[in-house]
Amino acid sequence: MSTATLSPAPASAPSRASGDDTRIGLRANLRHLGALTRRNLMRIKADPESMLDALLVPVIMILLFVYVFGGAMATNQHEYMQYMVPGLLGTTGLNLAMALGTGLNTDFQTGVMDRFRTLPIGRSAVLLSKMIAETLRALVAFAVLIGFALLLGLEVKGGPLNLLAAVGLSLVFGASLMWVSMLLGMALRSAQAVQGMAMIVMMPLQFGSSIFANPSTMPGWLQAFTKHNPLSALADACRALINGGAVGNSVVTVLIWSAAITVVTAPLAVARFRKRT
Amino acid sequence: MTRIERNAVEVHGIVKHYGETKALDGVDLTVREGTVLGLLGPNGAGKTTLVRVLSTLIKPDAGTAFVGGYDVLHQPKQLRRTIGLTGQYASVDELLSGYENLYLIGRLLDLSGKEAKARAAELLERFSLTEAARRPAKGYSGGMRRRLDLAASMIGRPKVLYLDEPTTGLDPRTRNEVWDEVQRMVGEGSTVLLTTQYMEEAEQLADALTVIDKGRVIANGGIQELKAQVGGKSLQVRPLRPAELPEMARCLRESGVPATFSDESGLLSVHLTDEEQLTTVIGALGTRGFGIAGIDTKLPSLDEVFLTITGKPSVPAPARDKEPVA
Repeated sequence: MSTATLSPAPASAPSRASGDDTRIGLRANLRHLGALTRRNLMRIKADPESMLDALLVPVIMILLFVYVFGGAMATNQHEYMQYMVPGLLGTTGLNLAMALGTGLNTDFQTGVMDRFRTLPIGRSAVLLSKMIAETLRALVAFAVLIGFALLLGLEVKGGPLNLLAAVGLSLVFGASLMWVSMLLGMALRSAQAVQGMAMIVMMPLQFGSSIFANPSTMPGWLQAFTKHNPLSALADACRALINGGAVGNSVVTVLIWSAAITVVTAPLAVARFRKRT
Repeated sequence: MTRIERNAVEVHGIVKHYGETKALDGVDLTVREGTVLGLLGPNGAGKTTLVRVLSTLIKPDAGTAFVGGYDVLHQPKQLRRTIGLTGQYASVDELLSGYENLYLIGRLLDLSGKEAKARAAELLERFSLTEAARRPAKGYSGGMRRRLDLAASMIGRPKVLYLDEPTTGLDPRTRNEVWDEVQRMVGEGSTVLLTTQYMEEAEQLADALTVIDKGRVIANGGIQELKAQVGGKSLQVRPLRPAELPEMARCLRESGVPATFSDESGLLSVHLTDEEQLTTVIGALGTRGFGIAGIDTKLPSLDEVFLTITGKPSVPAPARDKEPVA
């Protein structure tokens, strides 16, 4: 028995393959996507508080605004509910965007992302699986919000199809903000910081819009802001769809905003994600 | 029968700079198939950076590296199928159970649902985690976490395993468990690149050592070779009366044994070059009536290894012990 020892020159490496990387096939990609989506859903299951947030906040908001402010804001609470709930529904899709940023940040911070990056999977699957899981979470939130509002007597004069259109519009706009949220998630140090930053951005946008109060009651400078705030357009569109009024430009305005935000932020977010992964 | 020894890992002139900081400044190393290479170095030496380069997590600025024959730069996906990584950073998902973590990784490595399930159960059993399998990993003890990390890195039966400081922060009992497991993996034919700050760990596990400091390889070779370079053990004596430290050191020097002491630790240290010196030390101290509260011998610390290997002028080899402050 003899032992031949090759010199540690590059030639001694075994079966040094040449050529490019094997591409990941569609089936494998779908399998990875499925496994990662399952993981994200199990994370929600393991952390039910995060779900409570999505479910209880709309309920609390409806109760608070309709019954505390409703009487003061409109002739009666029912009338205010018809005004405010569609706007609130419009912003529900935004929560999905924010959850994406915090989730991504957590994965980077805890090293889970590094684990994924040492596996032979496409990095897009990691991102896409988060989007799917958050969309599912948002759909549950929509169901709770609509169910609760119907229970309190919300009338959907526009019919169920228009209601679905409002949900869809909310999701489309929320999806465009996912890229912004991704950027925040990768730029900031902690998930708490992402959440805090999202709050700081969202609060003035939500209240400085037509969601809760008619802008015509606001001072001129604020009216100028609410007029151009995309959340006003979103609230107006949802209101028109649900209450069966004239939709006007609002739906198109929301779609243009969504497209514009996506065009500007998606390439930045993807580039940054590729750089970090 | 001819057995050809191959290199599972080959690193040539890898450079990685972060601004002014040279994390890696031209590192060469090789790991033979089926062996354990201990990569030793202090904090910030560049150990983790090198592991990250070899795991395709970061791109080097210059140099080439091959793992299992695959190029880190041009064949990352094939390379990822050959490696397993357990580190301070590549972590499991704390919200998921041990089982779910392993199942997920199995699916991402293209095992079928059935195979992934079976593999997860097999590894949980092997790493004594079956009982905790359904509990979220965040409730695991430090040792259980580390075992789950190891299990996670082994799902795909990797040819090459990177263990980045696998026992840092573990208590001695858990550390021994991890060591046993690593030895078992090597017994089954894995090649291991082990980074550590502990000489003792390298001694336990490694076949060969590469020592790096400030991003450069400063020594390379078998453990015995390096230990020979550093020389024997060091003896530490704890006096009954710390005030006598300077006198004890003087007494030993008069007996021909160079000794140093530290007021801070309250210890007298003697660098033992041969076994006889131990008797000389105890005898000399006993005869003069110095009280001894305790004695201990230890292997050269990593610091001492560095001092010796780098041969820094401040510590000339023959008279490496400081003059005691009189």
